[in-house]
Amino acid sequence: MTAPAAKAADGKALVAARGVTRVLPAAVPVTLVHDIDLDIFGGEVMAITGPSGSGKSSLLYLLGLLDRPTEGRIEIDGADTAAMDSDALARLRLEQLGFVFQFHFLLPEFSALENVMIPMRRLGRLDEAAMTARAMDLLGALDLGDLVRKRPDQLSGGQAQRVAIARALANDPAVLLTDEPTGNLDSKNSAAVFDIFEKLAREDGRAVVTVTHDLDLAGRADRRVELVDGTVVSDRHQH
Amino acid sequence: MTPLALRIALIHLRARGRQTLVSLLGVATGVGFSIAMAALMQGSQLDFINKIIDATPHIMIKDEFRNPAEQPAARRYADGAVALEGAKPTEELRGIKGAGRTVTQLEAMPGLVVAPILRGQVVIRYFGKDEAAAIVGIDPERHRRVSQLAGDIRDGRLEDLHTAANGLIMGDGLARKLGAGMGDTVTVSSPAGVVFKMKIVALFHTGVISLDEGEVYALLKKVQVLQDRQNVVNRIYVKTDDVYGAFDRARAIEARFGYRAESWDEANQDILEALKIRNVIMYTVVAAILLVAGMGIFNVVSTITFEKLRDIAILKSMGFREADIRAIFVLQGLIAGTAGSVLGWALGFGLCQIMSTIEFKVRFATDMTQLPLYYSPWHYAIATVFAMTAAGLAAYIPARRAARVDPVDIIRGAA
Repeated sequence: MTAPAAKAADGKALVAARGVTRVLPAAVPVTLVHDIDLDIFGGEVMAITGPSGSGKSSLLYLLGLLDRPTEGRIEIDGADTAAMDSDALARLRLEQLGFVFQFHFLLPEFSALENVMIPMRRLGRLDEAAMTARAMDLLGALDLGDLVRKRPDQLSGGQAQRVAIARALANDPAVLLTDEPTGNLDSKNSAAVFDIFEKLAREDGRAVVTVTHDLDLAGRADRRVELVDGTVVSDRHQH
Repeated sequence: MTPLALRIALIHLRARGRQTLVSLLGVATGVGFSIAMAALMQGSQLDFINKIIDATPHIMIKDEFRNPAEQPAARRYADGAVALEGAKPTEELRGIKGAGRTVTQLEAMPGLVVAPILRGQVVIRYFGKDEAAAIVGIDPERHRRVSQLAGDIRDGRLEDLHTAANGLIMGDGLARKLGAGMGDTVTVSSPAGVVFKMKIVALFHTGVISLDEGEVYALLKKVQVLQDRQNVVNRIYVKTDDVYGAFDRARAIEARFGYRAESWDEANQDILEALKIRNVIMYTVVAAILLVAGMGIFNVVSTITFEKLRDIAILKSMGFREADIRAIFVLQGLIAGTAGSVLGWALGFGLCQIMSTIEFKVRFATDMTQLPLYYSPWHYAIATVFAMTAAGLAAYIPARRAARVDPVDIIRGAA
């Protein structure tokens, strides 16, 4: 896996939330997150924890530009995204952000290799051979080298989730955003996935943000942010 | 991007194979029948127009005026109320005045071939049987160039009019009704009271009953004597090298010579208008067929978008734009439209081949007739444009909806 080391080196936040509030419009408006300030740096694994309904996933989607704040702003690598149109946000997601969800969400008709190549094809920076080589490298690094031709329904849960991680890394993003990535995995596979996250942060200098209910795994993160009722109640470095 | 979108689109369609096949067959049926109908419609239209063009002169100059000349009294008292009492017009010998000079001047015009005609009515008697007919006085050499009469003669030749003292070319239907045949002499009497014994020197057959049973031809000079209208012609037939420019040529001729000059399309304006309406009806029916086919495509693409909401959400989270998502689903419609069109081409061609073998008898024609078909790549192109437009629009509606899917809603729902 190639290392975007420069992203970690300059100490600048890769993702920053400034006074971010998200309110769902309804007869009785629902506040998902309220006045969140957060800086996420390269080289750290940050766990977002909190009780169900505390706004963990909502915050992750806001940080990942899948949702827009009703107030405040999200900055990616110093660029304010508030005024960007949906195409520009899509471009940022494509180039700088990678997502892993609780369910792997692999496209069922495509092989593991093809799934990993989809973001690269969309970006269109590499030729076919280079894309294939990079996808093979990513899958090989996640111990999936023998399974590249398998389709998602031929993979175990842990294998499929690792393919999803490889896909999230396809365009070499600076930030990996994961939402309960171990929620469907047993403890062994969960630990293996977290090992990968640590490696991506420590060796590659990426920022890894993971929403989790698993306090043991959260305990392994460099930094833990706890949310209650959409508000950050604690933000502490653990190691 | 496009190859990936195309690939995803194809995979989605394959996953919905049976439904895709049904929608594709809908398009194929629409395109196929559109091609067959267009071939038949345009074939019959061209056949009809060609028959008109072949059977009639491109331009007919008649011994009448489109706008009657203004009366001197009306001209003198333009603003007054003019009443003439007891005025009786003198009996005028009708015909085109200075016809010889007109013919010469017309012949000098580029692209025109001209033949003077005297047309009148006669009664033909043969062994106690009387039949009324139109007699056309012609100059065979000139007439050959403006009419296909020479080609319609089954027995004898056009020139044979010169071989007998009073030669007559008769429609075979009329000859049959009279019981007369080649070489027989019939009695021909005109409204002027002149009676000729005329010998049948040729028989023609056009396939049109009104002509085959109602028309005879003789030398112009003989008909002028028979009608007691010496040196008179009442029609000038004009053939032009630009059939579809006949209307403008007719207008120019009329402006120059004053007599009513009627082009073939003006003379058959009502029929040509009816043909246009028929074409509008045909294309409306085709559009309706393809609209139904479009609904099939709408159905399959809608189903796929509904089934693939999670994929759409994850693609958007990866960085696919709304336009990329839209492209995937519009492509599905266009693929179904394209495949359906290609199948439709084969179906349309096959239907045309089958129709070309069908023979039947038209009530007022004497020959067996085949369906007139006209093959044109334009029929295929127009049907395909219709089909692709219907397919594209049908797919665009669900594609637009799919592109607007909020990935957060879907991912939350799936989690």
